[in-house]
Amino acid sequence: MFANLLGRLTWSAIPTDAITLGGVLSMVGASVLIIILLTYFKRWKWLWREWLTSLDPKKIGVMYIVVGLIMLLRGGADALMMRTQQATSVGAHHGILNANHFQQVFSAHGTIMIFFVGMGLMFGLINLVVPLQIGSRDVAFPFLNSMSFWLFAAGMVLVNLSLVIGQFSSAGWLAYPPLSELHFSPGVGVDYWIWSLQIAGIGSLLSGINFIVTIIKMRAPGMSLMKMPMFSWSVLGAMTLVIFAFPILTVTLALLYLDRAMGMHFFTAAGGGNAMMYVNLIWAWGHPEVYILILPAFGVFSEVVPTFSGKKLFGYTSMVWAIWGIVLLSFLVWLHHFFTMGAGADVNAFFGIMTMLIAIPTGVKIFNWLFTMYRGRIRFTTPMLWFMGFVLMFTIGGVAGVLMAVPPADFQLHNSLFLVAHFHTMIVSGVIFGYFAGLTYWFPKIFGFRLNERLGKYAFGCWLSGFFLAFVPLYFLGLMGATRRLDHYASNLGWQPLFIVAGVGVLLIGCGVGFQVLQLTVSIMRRNQNRDLSGDPWNGRTLEWTTVSPPPEYNFAVIPEADERDAFWVMKKPGRHSGTEEHYKAIRMPKNSAAGIVIAGFALLGGFGAVWHIWCLCTVGLLGVICAVIVRTSNEDSEYTIPAAKVAKIEAETKERYV
Amino acid sequence: MNKKLKIIIFILLALIAVTLAIGYLKHANIPVLEPKGSIGEKEKNLIVFALVLSLVVVLPVYALLFAFAWRYRASNKKAKYSPDLSGNWLVEAVWWLIPSILIAILSVVTWNSSHQLDPYRSLASDKQPMNIQVVALDWKWLFIYPDQHIASVNYLQVPTNTPINFQLTSDSVMNSFWLPQLGGQIYTMPGMSTQLHLIANKAGSYYGSSANISGNGFAGMTFTAKAGSESDFNNWMKSVKHQDQPLTMSSYDQLAKPSQNNPVVVYSSTPPNLYDSIMSKYMGPMTTGHSEHADMQGMGGMQ
Repeated sequence: MFANLLGRLTWSAIPTDAITLGGVLSMVGASVLIIILLTYFKRWKWLWREWLTSLDPKKIGVMYIVVGLIMLLRGGADALMMRTQQATSVGAHHGILNANHFQQVFSAHGTIMIFFVGMGLMFGLINLVVPLQIGSRDVAFPFLNSMSFWLFAAGMVLVNLSLVIGQFSSAGWLAYPPLSELHFSPGVGVDYWIWSLQIAGIGSLLSGINFIVTIIKMRAPGMSLMKMPMFSWSVLGAMTLVIFAFPILTVTLALLYLDRAMGMHFFTAAGGGNAMMYVNLIWAWGHPEVYILILPAFGVFSEVVPTFSGKKLFGYTSMVWAIWGIVLLSFLVWLHHFFTMGAGADVNAFFGIMTMLIAIPTGVKIFNWLFTMYRGRIRFTTPMLWFMGFVLMFTIGGVAGVLMAVPPADFQLHNSLFLVAHFHTMIVSGVIFGYFAGLTYWFPKIFGFRLNERLGKYAFGCWLSGFFLAFVPLYFLGLMGATRRLDHYASNLGWQPLFIVAGVGVLLIGCGVGFQVLQLTVSIMRRNQNRDLSGDPWNGRTLEWTTVSPPPEYNFAVIPEADERDAFWVMKKPGRHSGTEEHYKAIRMPKNSAAGIVIAGFALLGGFGAVWHIWCLCTVGLLGVICAVIVRTSNEDSEYTIPAAKVAKIEAETKERYV
Repeated sequence: MNKKLKIIIFILLALIAVTLAIGYLKHANIPVLEPKGSIGEKEKNLIVFALVLSLVVVLPVYALLFAFAWRYRASNKKAKYSPDLSGNWLVEAVWWLIPSILIAILSVVTWNSSHQLDPYRSLASDKQPMNIQVVALDWKWLFIYPDQHIASVNYLQVPTNTPINFQLTSDSVMNSFWLPQLGGQIYTMPGMSTQLHLIANKAGSYYGSSANISGNGFAGMTFTAKAGSESDFNNWMKSVKHQDQPLTMSSYDQLAKPSQNNPVVVYSSTPPNLYDSIMSKYMGPMTTGHSEHADMQGMGGMQ
């Protein structure tokens, strides 16, 4: 009876091997340390009031980024384990991990890096920057925003819980059936994968809706769409992809779970199911997902390059069209992920050509950035260095992508390490470098002081050279016949030297991460020397730099007007600054709410129940979510007013402090 | 002075690294770039062609990046500064148009090569092609020679200059059959039959593997393909037939059970229609499975 209540959960779910235990202990240890510190410094109330229940997008953005960066460390540890395994598991030696453990590690690496690092940093930056950049005080639906974040966090908790209780999926980051079906993966691993993505994915979908409405409805007076800063344009493109792509993911995961838990046959080989349907569906989401991650990073570069070149963005209209060309095309290329499935030549050729077409708008963007530098006054700050590193690596990855877009060439490159090298070159240089540039660029706006430049440059140097060393060998390994995801290979193949070089590259990247940790620590300790007292540390061009750093919770005491592109740049021109005396009005802002964290808590319980087939817990989770949503939506008293006098007082105090 | 020294050291280090890399790669076996069959050769040529065409765009990007970064550095007050320069229709047209032309060229090549190198297309030859049926199992490859009535595990013997018609399926999860020295891969899926046409033009022993994750024994799912003369093949066939180790339905069921790092095994005879009966395990009483296959054939289009 009791056993039934707990579903599949037994004591054997607790891991016993040394490496997993090490991971578990470090995770538990870090959590305990944080709890002790919070208790010692009596910071629980502060954490709850100022952060966890806050609906301020600036704070939600910071929380996204904190989660994203911590997950970057987790995913990086996975990468280090994979590199160690592949550098040592040759011939008679079998490395540090067994096959199943190795497969869990790479499945977790992919899942975590895409869903919790990429998406986390992206939504973090969007939250921090978009409202400020379009001259708005908030997002369209502040509570929905908090709920999206907490669903994302719940998914993250579930992924990491799989390390402590049970195991993670060993079927790869996209869990193709039949391997991911119950017959071949009977454990809870695939279910952890399904439910962490399902919960986080619903959060992403809701965020997508939120930011589309925010950008369409809440721009400052005068800011027509064609005057909007390019980062906001790229976010609009990415969020459009989110609302079309994420429902496909939700349905696909639900069908796979029905197969596994209810004995259905959507994707099984027997019983009328069709695994090819799954592969099509998952990539119909998966390919747009890549552009969801990369478009906002393109947007970051479109802000960084003009600012540090002291010059307008070259070809604004072209850039907008390029974004929308990419948005449209990204839904027409999913089949290029499986040219080798045996679809006919007509189908393969069509998707191959569509894929190459994406190279055109992407190339246009690169040329426009380069010509933004032309006749500029370029300052080589860290964000600008990340941009240059991006151009160097991204073009290499782009060439590899064009090769693989030719179906018969792809037959020889598909699922080899060449492919692995290709998408890492694209995602690390495009997404990760882009978000590092963005974080460095907007850091002083959010925290009021700059990051240490020297350590940032060291970090960049390690990342770029390490990245080169880690991935160029993989291109050659692919051409040498090395497939991806091998936990062991024969010694006569001659692959080991290249795997060792790749491992050294990852160690160098690790040094880069070390410098970033040091950079953050040093910058916080010396924050008084690096204060941004002007609100405009980089000689910026857009509205977010018109307010003080860090901005008050309402962002702008008086909503700015934006009659031209680069509105702030124009305002700063001699004789153009409107010196009118500010006339403050009362401001309505949303109250804090704990409903987001409660809803996500119930979703986490329900997800955990679904993983372990603890159906009573599932029911509690589902009912809890529904009740909490009803209670929250019937709460009419969700806003409060900051009186004009108080706004004036806050503004006067800030001015006194900073000017 | 100090800066100059740093640059010199950096260049020296880079040169040493490049020399080491070239020395290593010269002696390394790179199957995709050193194909031993005409299909692999054509696929390699495509890779090289697309690479060269892409460099037409990439090299200017690199050149412009370094040139602009150097010329327009903030400390260079001699360079022209035009803060309000925001575009130029003519030059923008250039980088919309030139890549478009390159992609148009590549599209024609893609269309033609996709049809010419369609894995379902049989190869023209005056020789009778050799039929081989491939079954991916957990975690080994079973090769059935339907015309010779023999079979082998993780070992493939083929005559050179003879087209090979592979028919592939899986009696487990999805795998991908890859024999890089002869040509590109195709998925093997349960209840589904895919096709692949390859040819070996040079004798030798070639490495083959599964390129799609299939579970615990995946890494050990490798095989050797030996290409030799026709008499080599006949000798091998005779020696296999002399072994007196038949593959029966019950020994097949035994073989199909999960096992890792399987040694090479050969079978002197096979049950008739073994491949079809493996396929039909997944067809079931419902007709859906069957129409799936038909869809696949339909998508094949050009066969």
